[in-house]
Amino acid sequence: MSDRSQLIFTGKPFQYDAERDAEFERLVKRYPTRESMILPALWLTQEQEGWIPAEAIAYIADRIGTFASQVYEAATFYTMYHLHPMGRNHICICRTLSCWLRGKQEIVDYLRDEIGLKPGQVSEDGKFSLEEVECLGHCGSAPVVQVNGEFHENMDVDKLKSLLAGLK
Amino acid sequence: MEVKILSAKFDIKDAHTLAVAKEHGAYATLDAVFAMEPAAVIDQVKNSGLRGRGGAGFPAGLKWSFLPKGLNKPVYLAVNSDESEPATFKDRYILTRDPHMLIEGIIICCYAIGCHTAYIYIRGEYTTQVKALQKAIDEAYAAGYLGDDVAGKGFQLDVTVHRGAGAYVCGEETALLESVEGRKGQPRSKPPFPAVSGLYGCPTIINNVQTIASLPFIMQNGAEAYKAYGTEKSPGTHLFGISGHVAKPGLYELPLGLPLMDVINKVAGGVWKERKLKAVIPGGSSTPVLTPEEAETTTLDYESMAAHKTMFGSGGIVVLDETVDMVQLVKNLIDFYHHESCGQCTPCREGLGWMLKIVKQLLRGEGTMADIDLLVELCDNIEMKTVCVLSAACTMPVRSYLNKFRHEFVAYASDRPQGIDMNQDKD
Ligand SMILES: Cc1cc2nc3c(=O)[nH]c(=O)nc-3n(C[C@H](O)[C@H](O)[C@H](O)COP(=O)(O)O)c2cc1C
Ligand code: SF4
Ligand code: FES
Repeated sequence: MSDRSQLIFTGKPFQYDAERDAEFERLVKRYPTRESMILPALWLTQEQEGWIPAEAIAYIADRIGTFASQVYEAATFYTMYHLHPMGRNHICICRTLSCWLRGKQEIVDYLRDEIGLKPGQVSEDGKFSLEEVECLGHCGSAPVVQVNGEFHENMDVDKLKSLLAGLK
Repeated sequence: MEVKILSAKFDIKDAHTLAVAKEHGAYATLDAVFAMEPAAVIDQVKNSGLRGRGGAGFPAGLKWSFLPKGLNKPVYLAVNSDESEPATFKDRYILTRDPHMLIEGIIICCYAIGCHTAYIYIRGEYTTQVKALQKAIDEAYAAGYLGDDVAGKGFQLDVTVHRGAGAYVCGEETALLESVEGRKGQPRSKPPFPAVSGLYGCPTIINNVQTIASLPFIMQNGAEAYKAYGTEKSPGTHLFGISGHVAKPGLYELPLGLPLMDVINKVAGGVWKERKLKAVIPGGSSTPVLTPEEAETTTLDYESMAAHKTMFGSGGIVVLDETVDMVQLVKNLIDFYHHESCGQCTPCREGLGWMLKIVKQLLRGEGTMADIDLLVELCDNIEMKTVCVLSAACTMPVRSYLNKFRHEFVAYASDRPQGIDMNQDKD
């Protein structure tokens, strides 16, 4: 998951489901150029699949009418686009200033020592993936952890334990 | 000390919904605004002295007046909701607790500058926030505050939310535009400035969320009412985010100009755990650090910050207690900016990486006194030599730690002179 230059082929053709298809058509009208759809189209893909398979890059390029290299460029530049499958529960821990000052390392250490999960890894059972990320804009309630997009503020190891226990 | 202008509705239940927001005055300014000439709206904003809240403090009304007149091109507004500078967490409150204040501000701004298409660029990590914002926009469309006939005034305005995907540099205004156009977020060289040639090559205004959200109050109550808060050159109020080692971290709306230490001690509960204050970062991680002595004489306005050779920045105040290892902190900072470099300028892409290596080497006990000088030299060779100021946002604060806490770097040097008193500050 840390190598962001390698795309993964699933061997299956990619296309949007009906809901994403409609959303694409709604959004494309909001911009004067179709290229502006590159970021939204990648988001739609990730919402649908959980990550961005290689086949989706070509699909998006076709659909927009641009080069696959343009879509690839954006997909690899923006770190929130997952180019590899993630765990069923994706955990992001802020590693930046205010969270660092208020003890984010204890949480990272706990995950490493007790769960065997290191930043940049997916657990063997596929249940968790962990990423250390930059400031999440919740510095006043640091340290902060984001799990599957939901924010959890003022975190500590105990709170994290009960949070993890509630995940499937 | 706290005031409630921007945050007036933050604690009201369901104020993010149109119905409750309207009960508390949302969209009430539009009749008066549309009765004015656009130029008169710009004048009122100019007279209020409102300065950009994205970090640079550029006067908002003045920026708008840079738009070229008589061009046969559309004008765009991009609202900067990237909010990624470490220690900054203010715009998020507006997005989730009072999004209609932002939408009303967008309507006012767009009417003033003759814009019919606005984009709100929101950082990708704001997952719950983007939903709240989109819901408010949908409500505003349904109620006729956005769309073909805004508030029945015959003005057409479309607002679209564009999500980023994890790149701090996209908060830089031209990188933001690149991102909306579907490219990687690499800042453009200026000139031309976006007011002349911005989004899709058209005149574009970029303003921070808090800047735009300040407009309804100014139009409702007048420029003088806004200027009643703050100082002569830094009027108004600001959402200050206080984080780090204080007893009560959080978001506080305050008039500009208050003494920094009063705010830390009386509003944010002082340094936590009865520890001593070591330093204060006054306006986000990119602003040079203040020693306790400097913090004592600093007030929270643009002028006082400049006089103390630092910056007001984004109003994100970080308090550091006596336990902080400044070399570790500098490593954390450089790590951030190095990671977020867009990569197009060699001094930024490579230089920040070298600085990071040197600091790590020091921390391992393998660095020398010469390495400390090399860090300063690298700062000199990076600053002002790049397309955007992301690199300087790293070197300026790093320089301040090297100056003011040099002894801590020296203590890590393997060949440090023996017998020097490590508790002594530099000369
Ligand atoms: C690296 C970098 C990151 C920035 N990030 C932000 C940001 O997250 N939000 C913001 O409003 N301005 C940010 N800015 C400032 C913008 O470039 C721009 O000055 C600002 O949005 C203008 O709005 P204002 O005049 O209302 O302050 C950033 C600037 C740089 C150089
Ligand atoms: S200074 Fe850094 S972030 Fe800014 S344009 Fe150059 S490489 Fe990109
Ligand atoms: S530093 Fe962690 S959320 Fe800002």
